Amino acid sequence: MSGPSKYIPQSGLEKWLDKRLPIIRFANDTLIDFPTPKNLNYWWTFGGILAIFLILQILTGIVLAMHYVAHVDFAFASVAHIMRDVNYGWLLRNMHMVGASFFFFAVYVHIFRGLYYGSYKEPREVLWGLGVIIFLLMVMTAFMGYVLPWGQMSFWAAKVITNLIGGIPFIGETIVTWLWGGFSVGQPTLNRFYSLHYLLPFVILGVVILHVWALHVPGNNNPTGVEVQDVEKETVPFHPYYTVKDGFAIVVFLMVYAWFVFYGPDLLGHPDNYIPANPQVTPAHIVPEWYFLPFYAILRAIDFDIFIIPAKFGGLAAMLGSILILLAVPWLDTSKIKSMRYRPWGRIAWFVFLANFILLGVCGFMPAEAPWTYVAKAATFVYFAYFLIVLPALGVIESPDMPPKSIADSIHPKADKSGAGNPVNVVVK
Amino acid sequence: MRKLLTLSLISAAIFGAMPALANTGTAKLMSAEGSYEGMFGRFDRAQLQRGFQIYKEVCASCHSMNELHFRNLGEKYGPFYSPEHANPNENPVVKAIAKGYVIADVDASGNDVERPGLPSDRFPAPFASDAQAKAANGGVAPPDLSVITKARMGGADYIYSLMMGYGHAVPHGVTVGAGKSYNPYFAGGVIGMAQQLTDDRVTYADTEANKGIKPTAAQESRDIAAFLQWASDPHQTERKAAGLGVMLFLFVFALFTWFSYQSIWRKVEH
Amino acid sequence: MSDTSLNSAHEDGPTRRDMIHVATGAMMVGGGAMVAWPLVHQMNPAADTLAMASIEFDLATVPEGSQVKVMWRGSPVFIRHRTAAEIEQANKDDTATLRDPEANANRTKQADGSDGKAQYLIMEASCTHAGCIPVGVGENGYLGAFGGWFCPCHGSHYDTAGRIRQGPAPLNLIVPKYVYLSDTVVKIGV
Repeated sequence: MSGPSKYIPQSGLEKWLDKRLPIIRFANDTLIDFPTPKNLNYWWTFGGILAIFLILQILTGIVLAMHYVAHVDFAFASVAHIMRDVNYGWLLRNMHMVGASFFFFAVYVHIFRGLYYGSYKEPREVLWGLGVIIFLLMVMTAFMGYVLPWGQMSFWAAKVITNLIGGIPFIGETIVTWLWGGFSVGQPTLNRFYSLHYLLPFVILGVVILHVWALHVPGNNNPTGVEVQDVEKETVPFHPYYTVKDGFAIVVFLMVYAWFVFYGPDLLGHPDNYIPANPQVTPAHIVPEWYFLPFYAILRAIDFDIFIIPAKFGGLAAMLGSILILLAVPWLDTSKIKSMRYRPWGRIAWFVFLANFILLGVCGFMPAEAPWTYVAKAATFVYFAYFLIVLPALGVIESPDMPPKSIADSIHPKADKSGAGNPVNVVVK
Repeated sequence: MRKLLTLSLISAAIFGAMPALANTGTAKLMSAEGSYEGMFGRFDRAQLQRGFQIYKEVCASCHSMNELHFRNLGEKYGPFYSPEHANPNENPVVKAIAKGYVIADVDASGNDVERPGLPSDRFPAPFASDAQAKAANGGVAPPDLSVITKARMGGADYIYSLMMGYGHAVPHGVTVGAGKSYNPYFAGGVIGMAQQLTDDRVTYADTEANKGIKPTAAQESRDIAAFLQWASDPHQTERKAAGLGVMLFLFVFALFTWFSYQSIWRKVEH
Repeated sequence: MSDTSLNSAHEDGPTRRDMIHVATGAMMVGGGAMVAWPLVHQMNPAADTLAMASIEFDLATVPEGSQVKVMWRGSPVFIRHRTAAEIEQANKDDTATLRDPEANANRTKQADGSDGKAQYLIMEASCTHAGCIPVGVGENGYLGAFGGWFCPCHGSHYDTAGRIRQGPAPLNLIVPKYVYLSDTVVKIGV
């Protein structure tokens, strides 16, 4: 909903600046006057939460980088130095470590919200695609960041995952050697991961700016999936309505985050990463951090050759494919109705997909033994089936409920309840 | 409802499978009953001192603690903290402990010398290299104990259980080689370290704080567990104290933002 | 559209109803400060750096008429065991024209103001002009026209009490804070 700007510069300084670099006009139009649908529920606060956590991770990361040493002989000790000797180092490191987990938790909620309410549908396909790119960058950043403490899991996760790239036919081994900078994960690898781990969050920042820009062109989606028709009746300015609502949600989210930072900083991690990396000893169970578990399960599920595709490459392709397939969702979903609120079968499918995603996470956690190997294969099939079979088919075969004629209608259902256009009273929160 | 059921099922599955993924043995851990456990836990300074004594007299001959410096012993919430000497480098007890050690160093002319320790020195390692440590210990180097309670599932409880876990009958199918012992709390069950903490292995100082404390195997095990827990995370008391303040602040802040939010949206139908 | 501004447009300043917003805003600022402080304070010297903030040195190892350099806080410090003649000369020069006037007796005082030992001169080995290490007794090179130190970088001359006598340096060589722990052991950096 980027209509004409309503900003009027007040002071002399504002007028002077507005003619040269309309940054205040820009801030006003984006963050203050921006018309936002009245009926957004709390699932819409996670965008703001993600923005706060990106800043938090960048700030804590920059200060940690002042003390961390990216050398195989000193990395583990430098983290110990941060935890023991650096002023508030114990706090900053815990904030960064727990922050990564909460960043991913928020991004999963944000993505699942998008899938439920059809936020990827026309005209928000590019917004969605940018989001998938941000997610991929987050995955890469987190993966490299986890290697830096140079614990047992750091080293072996790096070795296992980079080894997989060798499964790419013909060029795989060359790429892996190039990535490693040697014949195994070692000093060159650690140093370059440090450099890239520092760089990528700023690339994420850039893509986030594009993401918010792409959002502001059509404006926010809303729980009904019906686009805004009357800006006066159906929207409120972003400030103070959503600044304060997002603020409240952020504080509540921070409470949960703070509990982990101060009372359980290592709960979400693995004890083996407090053992210094030892290339001669493989840990009994190599597991990634919890936010990678579903994709790890998909990777391990392909333990058989598919025609001429060897299992190693098949697993890698399936793992990458499970994220890249998100890019195609705007075209795979054939339904004309955006929001699952009005799609009873779609809603069931979404819940099954969510439960299946969590189940995949459990599979990733378990050792690769029966019965979990079978469960993982089934769950991988369900995961891809949601995108490749269910979403395309449902749009055609489902008979959805009628969504409200407008957002205003969903807030004030008309007196005429002939059923011609309005569903049950929806309490929008 | 559906979500709740799925979540409960998954939690049950995860907790059921935990032992399979632990880097510890299969036996259920015994509790060290540490005063430091929980959101409001605090260390018992006398216990930390006894634990340090055990490390020094029993463990240090094989296990290094490379991340610890003598001055850490005098830091706030540490074993020998004294409010009079808040700077641990000035703490006379810490200085005395450090002086009791011989540290290898290089003098200004480049010659190898030995000198008495200073608070700024690290705890010296028993072996000069990993290879030496392995050779002297049947092919496996005794792990460094700096962050041991963080590196094992169960933390201090694991240390306590391990120390107390000797003497169990070896189950069928488990072979205990020469120079090794059976301990169900150790991953795989067969451990290269023989039982170390027995009754009266050390003699505790006869102080007011140690009145009634006897150096039984259980007491020694609890004390070393406490010391290692402190050593792995010397700032944990500060962390918990700060946490309380932060949680209270955020709770009040949440209340304020909630009322702010209510006040703004009251006028709007939504 | 209903009034959506934080402050009621009809009354001057925040109203009672707006107090909740002012309070929330204040908490946000307070919270921000609480988060900002660790981010700033982490750059201050860490515990291991502070542990090296003072050193103890046994002066008995320095023979009369010679000088040693010890490292303290990352930079060298002169410890010179002056001869009686050097001390006498330094006392006499109290009345000479000094760019940075200071009595010789003051140059060996302890951190608390009490007298130290006149024969042991302890000073930072950093010329107060641009920071080079001046040449002193026992080293090859010109000691300068006043028998103390000479800085080869830009030609500053220091006397036997480390005072600047000639050349571009503005101040006498800096005497760090120290205290005698015993008859021969000095702790530099208190």
